[in-house]
Amino acid sequence: MKTVKHALLIARKDLAVELRTKESLNAAGAFSIVILLLFSFAFDPDPEQVKEIGGGLLWLVFAFAGALVFNRSFARELPNDCLDTLLASPLSPASLLTGKALANFVMLLAMELVSIVIFGIFFNVNWTRHIGELSLVFALGTWGISMLGAVFGALTVNLRLRELMLPIIIYPLLIPLLIAAIELTKLLLANQPPSPSDFLWAKILIVFDVVFTALAMMLADTILVN
Amino acid sequence: MTRAIDLAGVWKFYGDYAALRDVTLTVEQGDCCALLGRNGAGKTTLLRILAGLSSFERGRTHLFGSSPRQAHAAFLGHGIGVYEDLSARENLLFFGRLAEVPDPDRTAAEWLERVGLANASDMLVRQFSRGMRQRLALARTFLHLPKILLLDEPFTSLDDRAITMLSELIVESRRRGATIVLSTHQLREAMVIASHVALIENGRLRHAGERTETMLDDPGLLYRLHS
Repeated sequence: MKTVKHALLIARKDLAVELRTKESLNAAGAFSIVILLLFSFAFDPDPEQVKEIGGGLLWLVFAFAGALVFNRSFARELPNDCLDTLLASPLSPASLLTGKALANFVMLLAMELVSIVIFGIFFNVNWTRHIGELSLVFALGTWGISMLGAVFGALTVNLRLRELMLPIIIYPLLIPLLIAAIELTKLLLANQPPSPSDFLWAKILIVFDVVFTALAMMLADTILVN
Repeated sequence: MTRAIDLAGVWKFYGDYAALRDVTLTVEQGDCCALLGRNGAGKTTLLRILAGLSSFERGRTHLFGSSPRQAHAAFLGHGIGVYEDLSARENLLFFGRLAEVPDPDRTAAEWLERVGLANASDMLVRQFSRGMRQRLALARTFLHLPKILLLDEPFTSLDDRAITMLSELIVESRRRGATIVLSTHQLREAMVIASHVALIENGRLRHAGERTETMLDDPGLLYRLHS
């Protein structure tokens, strides 16, 4: 209970700071919009092609824009040695990681909402037909990216080349999650009925989230203190 | 007397370099121990270990019988530990809620008043002068009435007002039974408020004991005796 309460405090603080500075949201939002616009004008895909590439395009945008959010997540704690203050406080490392992941999650979802609207307009796709299922896929995929981003954001925060190192480390690890999210999103955008084999992708998303969240909780002390 | 801080045979290495060498130190509850030593002697490393911010290779460290990570000592390091993009009130509310103080709003307001920042409570910290930041950092450190305070060179670059404020807060904290370890180069200020003195040199503890009247009259005595 205390872990959840403290995690919510961290997330609320991070979101308050972000709403004031808009450091991550502006960068991630601008990046997403530019990539979607450029793709739309460069390839001018027909409706059938959009159904094929839509899921992949969206999740690549989310993953790359996510790196811009994660880089700021722990870097925000460096001025004035705030990270030391937090770690010396009654806050547990697990709460800190969860709080950071929650803030990342909310920021990424906001960016995804903007991106999907832009995607719908410029690629002429009605993405609202399966809005419930699509939201679930986005939530599951985004939580996995956010948690991994928080963990590796913490590990790379003191590195001189953290902006470079973070994407290099997290993208290979995100491959299973991204493939599953891309397949499910493609299916939902194409308005196809899911076959039993498609549920495998949903299971991969859930297992990825559970495994990485559990690992992060177990290793939080090692990640943040040692 | 209850043993508040108990270090026994602590070694800390940075690569091959031993930053702390077999340090054994005890501090009783309610004592204020001034940790003296030249730059690079190992004072900050020792304080970071006590705060649970740094691991160590050998020995044991207990704060009231718990590990440093479980003891949650209040730590004031070289940074002021407050957020530039939050207001003074938001900072104190955040840290107050983390420390689970009973009424965070009232506590934050009282501390803002006490450190003379009530009129600037809704200003962002990035708009503060250096003196205002330091006073906010003091409020942040003391607001939850911690049982153990670890202060790393707290007098450095403080103005007169903040030095007086910090000295008063330390005396007040001791009166309610808090244990304090502070590292400092300001010998005169330290000798006045410390009950005990420890001298560390090249990672080794050279002296640990009560602060005597002689030290009060001649703050540099310890350095001369052990150099």
